[in-house]
Amino acid sequence: MPAPTAVQRAAGVDPASVPAGESGAAIEARALRRDFGDEPVLRDVSLTLEAGATLVVLGPNGAGKSTLLRMLATLLRPTAGELRVLGAELPRRAWRARGRIGYLGHDPLLYRDLTLSEALTFHARLHTLEDPGARIAELLDAVGLARRRGQLVRTLSAGQLQRAAVCRCVLHAPSLLLLDEPGAHLDPAAVETVEPLIGRAAGVTRVVVTHDFEGGLAAADRALALRANGTVAYEGDAAGLSPGDARSIYTGRA
Amino acid sequence: MSAFRTILGKDLRVELRTLQSLPAMALFAVTTFVVFRFGLDRTSLEGSLAAGVLLVTVLFAALLAINRLFVAERDEGGFDAMRLAPIDLSALFAAKVVALFVYLLVLEVVALPVFAAFFLDDATGLLPLAGVLALVNLGLAGTGAVVSTVGAHSRARDLLTPLILLPLLVPLMIAAGGAAEPLLAAGGPSYDEVGKWVGTLALYDLTFLLVGYAVYDFLLED
Repeated sequence: MPAPTAVQRAAGVDPASVPAGESGAAIEARALRRDFGDEPVLRDVSLTLEAGATLVVLGPNGAGKSTLLRMLATLLRPTAGELRVLGAELPRRAWRARGRIGYLGHDPLLYRDLTLSEALTFHARLHTLEDPGARIAELLDAVGLARRRGQLVRTLSAGQLQRAAVCRCVLHAPSLLLLDEPGAHLDPAAVETVEPLIGRAAGVTRVVVTHDFEGGLAAADRALALRANGTVAYEGDAAGLSPGDARSIYTGRA
Repeated sequence: MSAFRTILGKDLRVELRTLQSLPAMALFAVTTFVVFRFGLDRTSLEGSLAAGVLLVTVLFAALLAINRLFVAERDEGGFDAMRLAPIDLSALFAAKVVALFVYLLVLEVVALPVFAAFFLDDATGLLPLAGVLALVNLGLAGTGAVVSTVGAHSRARDLLTPLILLPLLVPLMIAAGGAAEPLLAAGGPSYDEVGKWVGTLALYDLTFLLVGYAVYDFLLED
């Protein structure tokens, strides 16, 4: 069992209560497929990710990266294939994984007519966090939004909203972070600000969707590259995929 | 229970802050009474006509709130947020039912005095009528929360919600009309057959609340 991370210690989470899969893998997918209507979006995706490791997911627009992330987050059901996340077989036992996943998608998942503090408290209560006030104050301080806590979410800028979404994502000290372009709308300073919360330093299993293949590959243990038609172009060690190869997948030459 | 309180608290707080549903419902009800007043060219109503005017107004005012019930969940990622949390999703159903019930209660606090002032010579039936309306509200809230959830996941939601909801509400409206008619009778309320209709209303409410509670998790699955 890994030692509790800084994020888990801060939220009072016992890592013994958040086991990985039976084989020690945080994510196991076999021949995963997802269709929307008759249109296959993701085809024959198989991967294994050990607990504590980082997987970077690369691919051109429409390759199914966000769809894969939503399936891992229990928000979409696979059309076919087997999927196990944090030891829970999906979609049948999705309830076992929910609450242990931190999902940062394209939407911040924050109610716009609540203040930032109210919106995060709402999520903290859904996740039955003890002492949410202290945890929220700590996170807002960490991302430089402490002064904005009383501001309505709808009045935040895109970059502030993304930082707030990062706080929401890690609020409950999840064992698995699913990050869909986490640097979106963030300036370089803000990227550094959120790094301790969602970067490698967070010390939890991570799946990161990014178009920054150089930075993404450098910060990952494993890589999954998808072609525009949703098939797998590469699955393996991140070190085995060069930025040049990744670029050729984007341009359709691989 | 914690999730239920959290979601309900959020809904009531947002409504108090933005006033997106309640003023529209109240304005709609008052305007409808004015239309009936001049459309029917009557200064007093009783019996089935009075019950019909009141219940139709409440029903369509409720539709305004039902259509908006899950707008924030749909547009601001609330459905995803709740599905990511370790909660029983029927807490969302229960919170929405109670929120809608509260909205309807507030609507009736505004609308009933206006209705009485416009149409009733004898307002002694209003107190027992409030009990009937409470059961109507519960039925509207339970059925409305289920149908609104289905509608929220459809592209044709503005069309779909009333198209599914109105047929489902026919038994509720028949029972409500049966219970309200003698309470608004000329010469003061009578209680003939009110018990039968109130029993029907209670049965309808129980059925739809139980069905909603049982199927709600499945409604939210992808």
